[in-house]
This record gives sequence, C-alpha cells and structure tokens, in this order.
Amino acid sequence: MTSPPAQRPPVVEADVSPDPIDPSSLVERVGHPDDGAVLLFLGTVRTWNREREVTALEYEAYGAMAREELAEIAREAAERHGASRVAAVHRTGALRPGQASVGIAVAAVHRDAAYRTSREVIEEVKRRLPVWKKESYADGGSAWLDGHPVAGRAGEPTGPTAGAAGPAGEDEA
Amino acid sequence: MSPASPRTATIGVQVRFFALLRDRAGCAERSFEMPAESTVADLLELLEREIPGLPSGLAVAVDRAYAPPGLELRDGHEVALIPPVSGG
Repeated sequence: MTSPPAQRPPVVEADVSPDPIDPSSLVERVGHPDDGAVLLFLGTVRTWNREREVTALEYEAYGAMAREELAEIAREAAERHGASRVAAVHRTGALRPGQASVGIAVAAVHRDAAYRTSREVIEEVKRRLPVWKKESYADGGSAWLDGHPVAGRAGEPTGPTAGAAGPAGEDEA
Repeated sequence: MSPASPRTATIGVQVRFFALLRDRAGCAERSFEMPAESTVADLLELLEREIPGLPSGLAVAVDRAYAPPGLELRDGHEVALIPPVSGG
C-alpha cells in the first residue's frame, strides 16, 4: 500500500569547471523513479557568430561566485516550476565549435515543469552568471563579446521570470 | 561618500577585475583605500575616476553575491567588479 510522494524541496547540483561536459552523466545525476520527465539542454559553440568565423572560444568565470550563483539559479527555477532535480554545469577555458559550453539536466514529475525549469535556468545563466567569453576568429583577432549588464547594476532582484523567454539576441545559444 | 576628516578611519578594499575589465585595469586585482563606511556606490565612483575608459553597466559583487549600491564595505570583504556577462 503506497501513495505518491509529497512534493520535496528540489535537489540541485551545480558546477563550473574546465572539464568537458558529459551529457549522460548529467542525465544520470537527475534520474529518479518518482519522476516522469528528464530533459537535457546543451548550449554549444557555433562556428558563425555575427558573420565572423569563430575558431575558438575562451570562457572565463568568477569561479567561486559562479558556482554558488548557478546553484541558486537552479534552485529558484526548480522551486518556481516544481521540478524535482537539476544538475547544471558551465565550462571554462578554451572550447572549439561544436563543444558544449553549458549543460542543464532537469527531472520533474511531469514534462511541463521540466521544460519551464530548463528554460528559466538557461535564461538566468545568460542574465546573471558571472561568466565571460572571448572569441577568436579565422580572419585573425579576438574580442570579448558584448554581454548583458546584470540587472539593476548592483544586485537589485531581477524578479521572477517564470516562463518568460528573454529577447533573443544574435549571440544567444 | 562620508565627508573626509583627518580622523576618519580608512578601509582597504581589494577589488578583482574580470574579462575586459582586467584588460582595461591592466591587472586582475588591485587594492584601494577608502574612508570607513564607504558604500558600493562610492567604490564605483572611485573606480570611474581611477580607471579611464571603464565601461558602463557594471555590477559589484561582495562576498560572491551581487550587492546593492547602498551596501557598506568593510575590511576583508571579497569585492569583484562584474562587467556585462556573456555565459551560456
């Protein structure tokens, strides 16, 4: 005689690391028989950005803060949308086109919570994770990309972004 | 910023710079002396004077969390200047 489990606080894992992202490991970390949906998002490096051919991308992070902020982003999104587990990782160091720079695995009882949570995590990563990228181009030269100013300039809460997709810029994944 | 007087105590603040800010500042971190009770907003004003060509849209993190302009800085705080972010 069993009954469905009560809603528990979400379980969150976050890392910022120079190691390659292993998609199956991310998925395994969130899998649980109580859940009916597992969703994996990978952001990958594109060859063409703003009509220039990219040969390499260098990610720099404020590591200690980025790790805490990524965990907070994942926790907030999972709580808001009712997901059970989130494992999120952001790369640092040099990446080539095709390689994953960010990975987000979400598990939830139902798919809607998983999709909403995953979307919010990647949007908030772009909005406030202290990570920067520098592109190197086939025609020579390199440049730090224009980023998104962190809202409120000095940490005023950005407010819930539930289900809201940010405006798609040219540099979006 | 609180009015400076000869008796005003000062605090030392070590500021970290990332990405293009590191290029602009010419270093990864630098220490600044400020009057006691200085705030995040005071620090930003000081940095704008000290570092020519500092871009706009900067945030400040204190002890690894985004800090409001009114937060008072103290000796030993871990302070970082956060340029517009481009993760993902």
